[in-house]
Amino acid sequence: MTRAVITVPPHPRRGQVIEIRTLVGHPMETGYRHDNFGRPIPRNIITRFVCTYNGAEICRADFFPAISANPLFTFTTVATESGTLEFTWTGDNDFAHTMSVPIAVE
Amino acid sequence: MSARALVLVALVLAQQAGGADMPLEQRRSGAEFMSAETRAMQEDEAANPATLWLLDGESLWVRKAGRADVSCATCHGDASKSMRGVAARYPAYDTSAARPIDLEQRINACRTGAQQAEPFAFESRDLLALTTYVARQSRGMPITIRENATLAPFIERGRMAFSRRQGQLNMSCAQCHDANWGRKLGGNPIPQAHPTGYPLYRLEWQSVGSLQRRLRNCLAGVRAEAPPYGAPDLVDLELYLMWRARGMPLETPAVRP
Repeated sequence: MTRAVITVPPHPRRGQVIEIRTLVGHPMETGYRHDNFGRPIPRNIITRFVCTYNGAEICRADFFPAISANPLFTFTTVATESGTLEFTWTGDNDFAHTMSVPIAVE
Repeated sequence: MSARALVLVALVLAQQAGGADMPLEQRRSGAEFMSAETRAMQEDEAANPATLWLLDGESLWVRKAGRADVSCATCHGDASKSMRGVAARYPAYDTSAARPIDLEQRINACRTGAQQAEPFAFESRDLLALTTYVARQSRGMPITIRENATLAPFIERGRMAFSRRQGQLNMSCAQCHDANWGRKLGGNPIPQAHPTGYPLYRLEWQSVGSLQRRLRNCLAGVRAEAPPYGAPDLVDLELYLMWRARGMPLETPAVRP
């Protein structure tokens, strides 16, 4: 089961620049390694991360094999209104994980 | 040469002679040898990747398992109360095993005993998650291994293992971690080998791992044959290391490079 930890400041003021931190559990297998029998280990990574703020996309990132397992991805945005932040990670082997976090702007 | 420098030289000589335990006030957690960035990652649960294992452990704590169909919480209730301080006194003597067992083995004893379930495999995600969750309840508490009559022979065995040269490189643990800590090995600082943060997230492993995994790593590093997971030799060494770190605060889940 996929785990993710999202950190959003609890009570940001309107117009404030806030830092959003996302930690997601994923092996991020590069596809460049071999097992003990010399067989290649197929690539298994997150390829895309998207964050929407009340439905509007505010951050999108492509991930590549050099990114570590369990990637921590941090970005900033402006707290404009109360609502929902939705985070989606998609990747190899039909990997998809979505998580929603409420945000209350004062 | 000042008197202080003379004392230092004497100390170093005493350590190189072997057998002497590290003076308590000289001890440093492995965290003190890390970069500020890695320390910050350890302190911040939102950035510490071991949090993902903690969450798994939290849900395993209340999940019923085995033929007895009971969860950890059925017997032990709220882990933040019942498990507080437990990890700080493990490995502990177990009467049915007639020897000390570590926290992983204690959890598996509950699996096979109270829950009548299959034991978790060593280094499996579930065992690491549950151990991390249990040990997390003791974060910040001092390690409380006491050298009493029951544990003393096992601590002594661990001490012997720590100072015994082994492997193709013919090196002992003490040669690096007692006599040369703070210096560099392959560009990395040599820590004092205090197991204050296990199970911990090692960036090199990209995963949480146990103290036994770390010990087996070191043994492979000196080209020695590592005992299998759960072997008494490894538990004795764990016990000695925890006793050697007595009084130091537990950091579980730590992050190490």
